[in-house]
Amino acid sequence: MNKWKKIEESFFKFLMLITTYSIISVLLIILLTILYKGLPSLSFEMLTQIPKDGYYFGREGGILNAITGSLYLSLGATFLSLIIGLPVALFMNVHLVKCSKIVNSIRFILDLLWGVPSIVYGAFGFSVMILIGLKTSLLAGIITMTLLILPIMIRAIDEVLRTVPIGLYESALSLGSTRSETAFKIFFRQCIPGIVTAILLSFGRAIGDAASVLFTTGYTDYIPRSIMEPAATLPLSIFFQLGSPVPEVKGRAYASALILTIIILLISILARILTSKFNKK
Amino acid sequence: MITVIIGPSGCGKTSFLKCLNRMVELYEDAKITGKIFINNEDILHSNDDVANIRKKMGLLAQRPYPLPMNIYNNVAYGLKISGRKNKAMLYKRVEHYLRIVGLWEEVKDRLKEPASRLSIGQQQRLCLARGLAVDPNIILADEPTSALDPLSSQIIEQKFIELKKNYTIIIVTHNLQQAKRIADYVLVMNQGEISEEGTASELFKTGLIQRMEKIFT
Repeated sequence: MNKWKKIEESFFKFLMLITTYSIISVLLIILLTILYKGLPSLSFEMLTQIPKDGYYFGREGGILNAITGSLYLSLGATFLSLIIGLPVALFMNVHLVKCSKIVNSIRFILDLLWGVPSIVYGAFGFSVMILIGLKTSLLAGIITMTLLILPIMIRAIDEVLRTVPIGLYESALSLGSTRSETAFKIFFRQCIPGIVTAILLSFGRAIGDAASVLFTTGYTDYIPRSIMEPAATLPLSIFFQLGSPVPEVKGRAYASALILTIIILLISILARILTSKFNKK
Repeated sequence: MITVIIGPSGCGKTSFLKCLNRMVELYEDAKITGKIFINNEDILHSNDDVANIRKKMGLLAQRPYPLPMNIYNNVAYGLKISGRKNKAMLYKRVEHYLRIVGLWEEVKDRLKEPASRLSIGQQQRLCLARGLAVDPNIILADEPTSALDPLSSQIIEQKFIELKKNYTIIIVTHNLQQAKRIADYVLVMNQGEISEEGTASELFKTGLIQRMEKIFT
């Protein structure tokens, strides 16, 4: 009996080791491929210039249009969804604490929305644009992207707020706080690290999504000067360059993917530094 | 005066306490009927704001829940939300209440540190101080020493005895020895009802401990 237990233990340990290492190696291979194929084409020019005539056939230029467009779009959408999502999540966990049926159905609907493919959001955004007469623009993209990442933002914050012990809630109330004071002064502070994670998740989704911006933000070789102009985005830029038959342009597609990865890496590191600074206070 | 509520687990001591500060309203399965009078005012049907009613009742929970902020702000929080903004005055009040719970000397050099860095016993005294800072009439304590080490428990008990001159204190405990040490008046609860009540000296003289041990077993 004891022998079987030992065999069982080592078998499952082996199984878990294998899965863990294979997942990590697949992720590493993806990163290495991007590095291997993208690094030779990456240049200072790519980061600082917009595409010149014939860029997609291998001529000079860069993807500054897509970098700025993507940053505008995802920062805008993340900011908007935080402003809308944070109060919703707080409301669900502080004010609706007695109505678990309602809160659970809200959670269910948000989980459904989380799973809806982004092209559906793109199509929805596009039909709304036609309805109100909005052209493809940064604004239309930001609104569509906000809708896409809102379920992620709300549910991610909601999951952290659920961990706040009821004892802390009662303590805050017994000091004479109203529910809203409890929400914004106690629950919010208690959950700042989790809220940063939610922001990162949403930002990552926003900057990496191609399908929802295809019809709404459009594509352009210029840097948008107002939110009413169309804008380029990194995922679409990668898509267009990858489709080119010219090898140099294909290389630049991988370089663009590398830039996208580095942006996400930088934002993650920044967020972590900010949270650890806050935790020390 | 210190009123101690004792009784076996699940007899409704905590629920009773939560009725007094209307915390019971946070629970989904709670149905509220009847009336609760405090100082001749029916707190369940009062015109007064529920936040104001709760403010008059300090709460000390089974384990400390420090607010997610520094030590100073834990005590100042209640004062700040009731509109007191004068910094010098706030500082004086914070010092005053930290002295009452005997924490000032231990924390005066690290008021800006997060309250979560204090030991559990210190945190519980901090929670007492922040509760006193909003100037309650009544202190409700739900097994306030059950998570604490013997020394911290002793300090908390000592503080209650000092505070009973100025506050009405209601303590839930299932530690009979503690009840005997600090109680002036005792309520015995069993299966949701008060089965016995009286002054501590009377009840303990007539063999309350033996009777309680029967209920517990």
